Amino acid sequence: MEFGPHLMLAVLEGAVTAAVLSLTAVGLSLVFGVMRVVNVAHGEFFMLGAVLAWWIAGAFGGHAALGFLAALVVAPLAVGAMAVLADIVILKRIGYDPERTIVATIGLLYILQQVTLMSYGPEARPVAAPFNTRLALPWVEWGEAGPALYWPWGLSITSYKLAVIGAAVAVLVGVWAVMTRTRIGLVMRATQLDRDMALAFGIPVERVYALVFGFGAALAALAAVLIVPISQAHYLMGGDPLLLSFIVVIIGGLGSLPGTVVAALLIGLSDGVISVFFSPTLAKILATLLVALVLVFRPQGLFGARAA
Amino acid sequence: MSRAHPVALHLGFLAVLFALGFVLPDYHHGNLARVMVLATYAIGYNLAFGYAGLLSLGHAMFFAAGMYGMGLAIRLFGADPALAMLAGLVAGLVLSLVVGALALRTAGVAFMIVTLMFAQAVYLTILLAGEWTRGDEGFVIQAAERVVLGVDLTGAMARYFAALGVFAVGLLAALRLVTHPFGKALVAIRENEERTRMLGYDTQRLKLGALAVSGTLSALAGAAYGLLFGYAGASFAGVQYSILPLLWVLLGGAGTAIGPFVGTLFMFYLIDLASGVTTAYMLIAGVVLVLLTLFAPQGIVGGARRLFPGWFP
Amino acid sequence: MTTKDGAKRGTTRRGALATLAGGAAAASLPLWARYTHAQSAEPIRIGFQVHRTGIGAAYGRWYDRTTQAVVEKINAEGGINGRPVEIIAEDDGTDPKRGAEVVEKFANQHGCDIAFGTLFSHVVIGSAPRAGELKLPYFVVSEGHHVASGMLNRYTLQPGITDVKSQVQAMAPYVAGNLGKKVTMIFPDFAFGHDHRDYFTDAIEAQGGQVLAHIAIPPTETSFTKYFPKIPRDTEVLYHVMVGPAVLTFVKELGEFFGPSAPALFGFIDSLEAVDIASPGLEFLEGSYFWEGNPRYAQSDQTIYDKAYREAVGVDGNGASVSDPKDVSTYAHMFGCWETLYVVKAGMEAAGYQAPADRGKLIEAVEAMTEMPEGYAHPQGAKLFNGKTHQVFGHQYISQVKDGRLVRVHTTSIDDGAYPDEVDYTKHPL
Repeated sequence: MEFGPHLMLAVLEGAVTAAVLSLTAVGLSLVFGVMRVVNVAHGEFFMLGAVLAWWIAGAFGGHAALGFLAALVVAPLAVGAMAVLADIVILKRIGYDPERTIVATIGLLYILQQVTLMSYGPEARPVAAPFNTRLALPWVEWGEAGPALYWPWGLSITSYKLAVIGAAVAVLVGVWAVMTRTRIGLVMRATQLDRDMALAFGIPVERVYALVFGFGAALAALAAVLIVPISQAHYLMGGDPLLLSFIVVIIGGLGSLPGTVVAALLIGLSDGVISVFFSPTLAKILATLLVALVLVFRPQGLFGARAA
Repeated sequence: MSRAHPVALHLGFLAVLFALGFVLPDYHHGNLARVMVLATYAIGYNLAFGYAGLLSLGHAMFFAAGMYGMGLAIRLFGADPALAMLAGLVAGLVLSLVVGALALRTAGVAFMIVTLMFAQAVYLTILLAGEWTRGDEGFVIQAAERVVLGVDLTGAMARYFAALGVFAVGLLAALRLVTHPFGKALVAIRENEERTRMLGYDTQRLKLGALAVSGTLSALAGAAYGLLFGYAGASFAGVQYSILPLLWVLLGGAGTAIGPFVGTLFMFYLIDLASGVTTAYMLIAGVVLVLLTLFAPQGIVGGARRLFPGWFP
Repeated sequence: MTTKDGAKRGTTRRGALATLAGGAAAASLPLWARYTHAQSAEPIRIGFQVHRTGIGAAYGRWYDRTTQAVVEKINAEGGINGRPVEIIAEDDGTDPKRGAEVVEKFANQHGCDIAFGTLFSHVVIGSAPRAGELKLPYFVVSEGHHVASGMLNRYTLQPGITDVKSQVQAMAPYVAGNLGKKVTMIFPDFAFGHDHRDYFTDAIEAQGGQVLAHIAIPPTETSFTKYFPKIPRDTEVLYHVMVGPAVLTFVKELGEFFGPSAPALFGFIDSLEAVDIASPGLEFLEGSYFWEGNPRYAQSDQTIYDKAYREAVGVDGNGASVSDPKDVSTYAHMFGCWETLYVVKAGMEAAGYQAPADRGKLIEAVEAMTEMPEGYAHPQGAKLFNGKTHQVFGHQYISQVKDGRLVRVHTTSIDDGAYPDEVDYTKHPL
C-alpha cells in the first residue's frame, strides 16, 4: 500500500483503538479517581461483560441486534450489582486500605476467572455485531488531469467500528453529564476531592463508594459489550484492558475525564502511526516507551493537578 | 518469654533451613529450594516497596535481566556459570539504575505505571530478540553448563544449598539494611518524604540506591532461578511475575525481613495443596486471599509481630 | 461413548494424596513411596501434565478427554503388561515454572512411572531439564521442534505427533504447486512463529517460490488491520499462523481489509483449534486452505480407525463434542495423546517394564521403534519414529473450507517432512 492510504488507515485504526481505550478506561477512572484504590479485578468486570454478552446474545433468536441490545442493558446491570456486592462484602470491611485491597482484588480475580472457566469454558467465542458493513474509502491522487479519487486496495473500515467510535463519544458525554450535572455526580466529586470533608457534610461516603464501585464495574461491562463484536469473549481477556486502562487513567491525570480521552487518543494514535514506520513489535516497544516518557516528564499526567 | 535478638533469630531461621536440607522428603526439598530463590526476589522487591515505599509493577524486568544476563552469557558466549551469574547481576544493576533515573522522577501511581510500561517494553524486547532469546519459548541451560566452581547444580543437595546461599545473602542484606542509616533513611522517606528532605537527606539519591539494591537482588534471584532449574523464558518477564512479589510481600507482611519468605511459601503451598483437592483450585486460592485480607490485615508476619513485638524486624 | 469432563474424576488418586500432603505438608514422610516396590497388580502411574488453566486451557480440556478415553480403552484391553493404567493429572497453568514443579511432583510425590501430555512449547522446554535430571521419561505431545533440535535430553521424547519443522516443510510443495509462488507470511512474533518463518521460507525457496514479506505480530496485539498494508500488492499466497484468543479478530479483520479481492489464503489450523469454522466473522475463510494434523470433519473416505477413535473420545463428524455441538475439539493435535500412550504401552511391553528402575529400558525400547502402521493405535495415519532424534514423522493433511466444512484436498507423504538429524540422543548417557 502507498504511504498516504497506509497512514490514513493507521490513523483510522488508531482512532478505533482510542475509542476502545477510552471506553474501557472510563470506569476505572471513576473508581480510581474517587476511591483511590487499585482494583486488580477491574479487568475481570470487563471480561464478565463480554462473556455475559455472548450468553445473552446466544439466548435470543432472530436478528443479532436483538440479543445485542439485551446484552447492552442486562450485562452492565448484572456486573454492576456484582461489584456492589463485592464492595459491601470485602472492600468496605477492610476499610478500603490500599494494600489490602490489592490482595483482596487479586483473590477476586482468581475467583472470577475460575468460575468463568468452569461455566463458560476456555474457548474464545465471537459475538455477532448488530450490523457490520465494510466501507471502502477513497483516496485522492494527483494525476495529469488534476486530483482524482480512487479506491486503494485495503483502505476500508466497517460500519461497526465507526459505531464504536460514536458509542465511545456518547458514553463519555454521558458520564461527564452525570458527574457535572446531577446531584449524585456532585456527591461523587465531593467525595473524590476530600473524603473527610464529605463525611463531615453528611455525605454517606461508604454508600457513595459502593455506588462508584458498582458504576465503574458497570461501565467496564458496558464497554465490553460494545467492544466484543470486534474482538471476542475469552476468560483471560481481562488482563490487557486492566493494564491499558491504568495507563490511560494515569497518563490522563487521575480523575480527569478530558485527560482520559486525550490519553486514549495519544496512545491509540501513536500505536497506529508508529506501526506505519517500524516492524510491528519494534513499533509496540517504541509506542510503549514514548507513552511512559510522557509520564516521566509530566508525572502528574496530562490533565492532572501538580503534586497530588 | 525473653526477647531474642533479631539477628540471632534470623540466623536461627537460616540454621533451620540448613537442617531441613537433610531431612525433607524429595518433593518438599525441591519445593523449598524454589521457594528460597523466589523469596529472595520477594525480599528484593520488599526493599523498594516495604522500606522505601516504592510501589513498582515492573520488577519482573529486573528478575528477567538477571535470568537473561546469566542465560545469554552462557548461551551466546559460553561463559563460565560463575561469570554468567555476575553478568546477570550487572544486567540487573544497570537496568535498575537506568529505570530508576527515569522512573523516580515520578511518584505514587505514576511510578507504578511507568515501571509497568518499562517492564512491558523489556518483555517485548525479549520477544524481538527472538533470534538469541528464543522468545516466549525460552531456552534450556544445559546440565553441563551448570557446574559452578566444581559444584554440579543439577543435584538436589547442591541445588538446595545453593538456593539457601542465595536466600541467606538476601535475608542478611535486608537485615543489615534495617539497622543501617541508609535503611532508616528509606523508612523515613516512606513515612514522610518531604520531612526527610528537609532534614537534609538527598531523597532522590536514596531512592535510586534503594531501587538499585532491590533490582540487583531481584536479578540475583532471576539468575539463580535460571541456573538452578536450567531454563530461561520470557514468561518470567511477564506482568504476572511483577505482581507476584507484591502479593508475596503483602501476604507475608511488608517491611519485615522474613515476611517475603513466609508469603512466598504460603502462596506456593496454597496452590500446590489446593490443586490436590480440586481442579478449581484457583477458586480456593482466591477465597483464601480474600479471607486473609479480612482477618490478617498486616500480613502473616505482620500479625505475628504484633503478638511478639521485637522479634521480627 | 463419551468422556465428559468431570465424569472420570474417580480414576485419580489425587484426593487421597492431597489429604496426606495436607495433613502435614513438610513433615510427613512419603507413605506413597511404598508403591514403588509394589507387585504387578499395582497400576502403571502416568503423570499427565495438563493445561487446565492459562492460555492453553482450550487445548488442555481436549487433551484430557482424549487421554481419559485412550486409558479406558487400554485398560479394557488388559492394560500394560497386565497392569491397569492410572492417570494422575496435574494442572501446569500453561506456565513453564509450574510445569517444572509438576514434573517434580510426579516423580517425587506421586511416584509416577512416566510423565506425559504437554502441549505448549515453553512448558515443555521449562519442564524437560527437570525430567532429565530426575530420569523421568517425559513424553510430550507438543509439535514443537525442541525435541528434534537437540535442545532437550535423553528422557524427553515426542513419539505421537510430528514437529513443526516437518509439518511446515511438507506444506511447501502443495503451496507452490497449487496456490502460488509469491508468499507473504503473517505469524506471531515468538518462537513458534519464528519456526514457521524460518522453515517455510527455506522450503518454499527449494520449490522455486519466494517469500515477499515477513510480518511478525507482537503476541500482545488485539487489533491487526494496521499491519495489513504491509502485505505486498503482488502477493499470491498469504500464509498465516496466529494463535491465542485474538485469532478470531485477526481473521475477521483480514476479511474486512481485503474485501472481495484477496490473495489465496493458506493457514495453520492451530489458529482455529477449538473454534467453529462457521462462527460469525469467519465467512471470509470460505475457499481458503489449512494445514490439519488430523482432519476435523469426518471425510468421505473416513477410515475405521478414525471412526473408532472419534467415538471413543466423543467427537462427532463435525469435530465437536457429541454432547455439545458448540464445543469444538482440538482435533488436529489431540490424536497425539492417544497415539503417544499406545507408544508408551508398546515400549513398556517391549522393555518388560516393571518399576521405575526400568525407566532406562523403556527409553531404549522406544528409541528402537521405527515404523508405526496406521491402525487403532495410530488412527491419524502411519508414522516413522526416529530413535536418534526422539521425534516421530507422519502424514500431514491439507484441507479446503467448502460450505463451512474443512474438506481434505491433499495428503503429504512422510518423506515430504523429512530433514537431516540434528542430534543423536542415543549417545547421551541414560
